[in-house]
Amino acid sequence: MFAALIRWLDERLDLDGLIAPFRHKTVPTHRLSYWYFFGGITLFLFIIQVLTGILLLLYYRPGANEAFESVQYIMTRVQFGWLIRSIHSWSANLMIFTAFVHMFSVLFLKAYRKPRELTWVTGMILLLLVMGFGFSGYLLPWNKLAFFATTVGTQMAGQVPFIGQPLMIFLRGGPQVTGATLTRFFGFHVAVLPLIAVVLIAIHLFLVQRQGMSVPPKTEAAWTANPALRREMKFFPNFLLRELMAWYVAIGALGALAALFPWNLAVKADPFASAPAGIKPEWYFLFMYQTLKLIPSKVWIVDGEVLGILGCGLAGLFWLLLPFFESDKAGRTRAWITGISIFALVYMIGMSVYGYIAK
Amino acid sequence: MCADQIPQPQTTRRRAIGIFLGGGLLASLASFLYPVLRFLVPPPVVDLGGDEVIAAKIGDLKPNSGEIFRFGSRPGLLILQSDGAYRALSATCTHLGCTVQYRPDLREIWCPCHNGIYNLNGGNVSGPPPRPLDVFDVHLRGDEIVVSRKREA
Amino acid sequence: MAILRNKLRRSVAARFAWLAGFLALAACLGYGQAVNSCLDCHSAQDGRLQVTPEKFSQDIHAQKGLACTSCHGGDSSSYDPDQAMSRKAGWKGKVDRKQIPQLCGFCHSNPALMRTYDPSLRTDQLDQYHTSIHGKRLAAGDTKVAVCIDCHSVHDIRPPSDPRSTVNPVNVAKTCSRCHSDAAYMKSYGIPTDQFAKYSTSVHHDALAVRGDLSAPTCTTCHGNHGAVPPGVDKVQNVCANCHVFQAQMYDKSSHFKAFQDKGLPGCVVCHSNHGIHHPSDAMLGTGPAGVCMRCHAPGDHCDRARVAILGNLTELNQSIDSADQSLRLAESAGMEVSEARLSQDQARDALTKARVTIHSFQIALVDQDIQAGMKIAAANLKAGKNAMVERNHRRIGLGICLISIAIMLVGLWLYIRNLES
Repeated sequence: MFAALIRWLDERLDLDGLIAPFRHKTVPTHRLSYWYFFGGITLFLFIIQVLTGILLLLYYRPGANEAFESVQYIMTRVQFGWLIRSIHSWSANLMIFTAFVHMFSVLFLKAYRKPRELTWVTGMILLLLVMGFGFSGYLLPWNKLAFFATTVGTQMAGQVPFIGQPLMIFLRGGPQVTGATLTRFFGFHVAVLPLIAVVLIAIHLFLVQRQGMSVPPKTEAAWTANPALRREMKFFPNFLLRELMAWYVAIGALGALAALFPWNLAVKADPFASAPAGIKPEWYFLFMYQTLKLIPSKVWIVDGEVLGILGCGLAGLFWLLLPFFESDKAGRTRAWITGISIFALVYMIGMSVYGYIAK
Repeated sequence: MCADQIPQPQTTRRRAIGIFLGGGLLASLASFLYPVLRFLVPPPVVDLGGDEVIAAKIGDLKPNSGEIFRFGSRPGLLILQSDGAYRALSATCTHLGCTVQYRPDLREIWCPCHNGIYNLNGGNVSGPPPRPLDVFDVHLRGDEIVVSRKREA
Repeated sequence: MAILRNKLRRSVAARFAWLAGFLALAACLGYGQAVNSCLDCHSAQDGRLQVTPEKFSQDIHAQKGLACTSCHGGDSSSYDPDQAMSRKAGWKGKVDRKQIPQLCGFCHSNPALMRTYDPSLRTDQLDQYHTSIHGKRLAAGDTKVAVCIDCHSVHDIRPPSDPRSTVNPVNVAKTCSRCHSDAAYMKSYGIPTDQFAKYSTSVHHDALAVRGDLSAPTCTTCHGNHGAVPPGVDKVQNVCANCHVFQAQMYDKSSHFKAFQDKGLPGCVVCHSNHGIHHPSDAMLGTGPAGVCMRCHAPGDHCDRARVAILGNLTELNQSIDSADQSLRLAESAGMEVSEARLSQDQARDALTKARVTIHSFQIALVDQDIQAGMKIAAANLKAGKNAMVERNHRRIGLGICLISIAIMLVGLWLYIRNLES
């Protein structure tokens, strides 16, 4: 019966023609090919976010006087509301984590080299978008922690030279964080960012499909020297089935996290209350936040925070343009880029831990 | 090899795989879809928003009496006056936070903790309370008494 | 300029300029102000004779247009002391303490006059003062007692609503304590001087001076201000009843009311003290140092048994509320939502408070009623907490089923892949 359905569609859409390129696609297999899964896992988590997000949209109400109560309603009254919301929150964090892992794996496997520069650039923008998703979504329950985290975060955006103030007012929907900010962030979170993300993901996937998977330089060199060493696996169905296993593991992990550690709601935001002591942003911003805290308030004649923001911006720009610094000669890669990558990884982990334990 | 001479171990293996795969797929999809389907069905207690609750039904209160109901995370006081009008106010005394009550004999709102008295408009008329009680809007919807926060003018 | 070429004309011009300037300045400074020689001289004096314009401008009388001469008489336009402070000009000098109430009352007891300034001001202060202990002793010749200026200050009298006023409710106790806590000053009167010290430890002081709750009582709330007299042993509960209505109503109907009255004991004060009123605790029903019942009752008698029963009930309810709290906290930390039950816990605590009020009826049955109501609520909340944990376990089971199905799927996929690639 299933086959009959496929045949019916095939007569009308020429499914064979569509799937044909995929039948021939192969995925190289080598010692480090497990890292190839992380892109797919990130995509899977994004799909989970879209699905759970749509479900939450059926009950969530954006607006300073209703948001918190509607999330409370979802957590307490809606059947399995606690599950959908907790999955959404956990998957958000997991997605940001896997996105970083994916980025670093691409970095260390040198998959960003020519001809894959555009894939890297779209990927970096996606990473930025994903963090924007996290930042905007965090405010939506309108609880105290989120309110102040948003205040601190947007205030830091205001430190960018020249465009900082207008940028901050644009983000906040006004000079302060208010219900207007909530409405704006909601718009960003469910419409603007998803639209941009979907377009970029489509481009990113298209590029990956078109160019195939990159192989690490040393392996590539070895295979070029001795083609008999080349190991490959068919994308469809072998790699896809393995990817499916990874996705199942991910959903199992999500379910366990959501059931064992349901996401907290805490106290409703009060714009007139003072900020609680030791307010910190979410973990994926910690390394930046901690770095800014360590910079002295004035460096020579430049304001410390401005210097920090500029530094972060420059580092981000450098990261974005990394492929263009890399050698395009096969087999010869820049060791200093590897060095910087290791440093960046250690720095981010170290600063995040520091930021977590610091008062 | 002849097509009708399929060796035994392969059939059992294929069947085992089929069972695991089919069964696993069905079971896992069911365990994903069940919560989602339950989620889509609206719960019996409809969420009217943080600003509105159904305090009681018509007939719950006798004339010239009051009743405490839950409004968000704080108690509220619903009063049915003897002329048939409903009034709803916050039931948290503005002095030290005790729950106030309606006194049919005084036709006023009274706090038993330190003898504070409010009039039916919420105004603090006597005793320690420093501020009036918040007054809520009351609407009748069918046989439901709906209490909502006052809309800002 | 030609005129200044001439040296003589230059000096005349200079002097003229100086004079003009000085007159202009004086005119500017003195514009709209009447000459007040009293303040001008007395601001330069020291100690008790010093009254500066800065100080006097704070006085409400000055703000209403009265001047030194309004109370002290004399001529404030003259800088000659003999003229300014002449009896002919009506100068009264430093007003004698015995005359002060009369002096203030001259205006403040005149309704027609006070009406022109503030129609809502009372005008019976002097009459009240005459009924007070201070008034009576003053009439008998004792000038050590308080007169108007001792409480209201002098030359910088602020209305009581001003937080800096010595008679603002927040400051009243301190004002009274200036005499009443001075052991040396009060020696001849034979009354205690520890009232302020005790009051400072009380729950009323905490409410008034620390939290700023102006409805809390201070000295004058119970003793009166102008007609200050202690309420009297048999009237104490009337005073407390103004705020603590429920307790007073129960006490009046209880056995202790008549018993205390017959023995001449001061009602509420017997157990709660008068000045050092602390927040009551269940320990007052106990046998420790805070226990009040055993001060009169003998161990083992009918009342002692009642005490034990009441204390036992209260303790039981308290524990029941605590264990419900614990169960709810556990449920919350496991991620369950129990806000409804938490709200209901407030009601249970209200019942406990009510029970503690009902103690004043000294009837176990009535106290028990409130206790049982509270126990029911606490028990329901405990159940809610336990139900939340049961629900949590259901979730774990659901999770387990889901994980098992995922595991089966994973095994199936793995076998399929292996089969495919063999």
